[in-house]
Amino acid sequence: MAEPLLFVEHLLKQYGDKVILNDINLTVNKGEVVVILGSSGCGKSTFLRCLNALEPIQGGTVRLGDESITHDSKNLTDIRQKIGMVFQSYDLFPHLTVLGNILLAPTKVQGRDKAEVKEEALALLDRVGLKDRADSYPAELSGGQKQRVAIVRALAMHPEVMLFDEVTAALDPEMVREVQDVMLDLAEQGKTMLIVTHEMQFARAVADRILLIDDGRIVEDEDPEIFFTAPKTDKAKQFLNLFEFHRPKKSK
Amino acid sequence: MTDLNLAAIGLDVLFKGKNLARLIGGLGVALKISLLAVAISIPSGILLGVLMTWENKVVRFFLRVYLEFIRIMPQLVLLFIVFFGSTKILKLHVSGELASIIVFSLWGTAEMADLVRGALASIPKHQYESAAALGLTKTQTFFHVILPQTVRRLLPISINLVTRMIKTTSLVLMIGVIEVLKVAQQIIEANRAKSPNAAFGLYLVIFILYFLACWPISMLAKYLEKKWKV
Repeated sequence: MAEPLLFVEHLLKQYGDKVILNDINLTVNKGEVVVILGSSGCGKSTFLRCLNALEPIQGGTVRLGDESITHDSKNLTDIRQKIGMVFQSYDLFPHLTVLGNILLAPTKVQGRDKAEVKEEALALLDRVGLKDRADSYPAELSGGQKQRVAIVRALAMHPEVMLFDEVTAALDPEMVREVQDVMLDLAEQGKTMLIVTHEMQFARAVADRILLIDDGRIVEDEDPEIFFTAPKTDKAKQFLNLFEFHRPKKSK
Repeated sequence: MTDLNLAAIGLDVLFKGKNLARLIGGLGVALKISLLAVAISIPSGILLGVLMTWENKVVRFFLRVYLEFIRIMPQLVLLFIVFFGSTKILKLHVSGELASIIVFSLWGTAEMADLVRGALASIPKHQYESAAALGLTKTQTFFHVILPQTVRRLLPISINLVTRMIKTTSLVLMIGVIEVLKVAQQIIEANRAKSPNAAFGLYLVIFILYFLACWPISMLAKYLEKKWKV
């Protein structure tokens, strides 16, 4: 039984006169993994940032359950606690250890007991294979390790939705997998996630649903198997063609 | 033999009467002026530096004017303006020492404010964003995320400012403050006939005294810079 959790209605995002996102409508059910694809500059990252009001929107609504999310709402920090986000750039706080990074928001924002959060943080770190790095500083970690810590830091807030904004795009190829495995694991556990990525194989593996954004609009909203094998729109076909290579081999 | 050598490089006067004690006393005056000014400059500089990152254009404009004015003016001119200006125009009696403390505080505050502004501006935008995404309020973000990183960037460079302030106090003899350089000049004058080489010896001693005062501070800055390299 699908239980709708996140609602986006007629979302409009502009920078000045330039329309970035136009009339976006989307309902995400609890436990659903939505992967958002699109070429660079199509507005997919901006869309994700509108969902936790890092970007102010110029029209439409975004709601999590019954609560509407706007840039100037008074309870914005309350709502943001329910929406975890991991970014492309390494966004850990460099002056805090791994554990310090994870504990900061649960203890200071949610006022939870430090010992209890610490126990949970260590368990989460163990799950992503980084329990022994709890006392390391971000500068001592590899890119992949930093991103796994960033995911744990977001999870420690017990968010209802997780947003992933091209979290593997800045990583060396050999570290991409370790981060993707963590995300696949979360998908298995039924986390509600919205993922922006350029990795098609990963998208296909993790998604329950694929959105293709082109020129600020959702042009295809489809089951991943259908999207990748029999895309319905020309836009989707064009987009997927970008990942195909056709090179007639020379005959000797 | 030893006496002869000391006289040759002008160090003999150092041990005449209370000359060495007077020199050290002079250094004490220089250090007192600079350290008082530092004590005033650092908190007020932090305050102004934070204000400089505010959106308010009027506040930013006035702070900019203050900063540029203080930086363009040679410190000596500032000392003259405060010392002579206060007497002639405001009809106040401001001692040379007080005028020096005022000028060095104004200067130190401006420099410190600019360092703070620069350190705050150097914190990447995604630090603010990832804090916001975790639900931290602006105040929490400032105190738990931005400020600790700013302080780490700031400490080494503000310690360098302290040594610059100590060195620049050598200017205050121009408004009649008896600091270490002035004491040396007095000793040289008094011994011109008997020890014509006193100038070399005394300035050498002053060099060593300034070095002893500033070097440990400089080393501390270097140590912190290394320790807190992010």
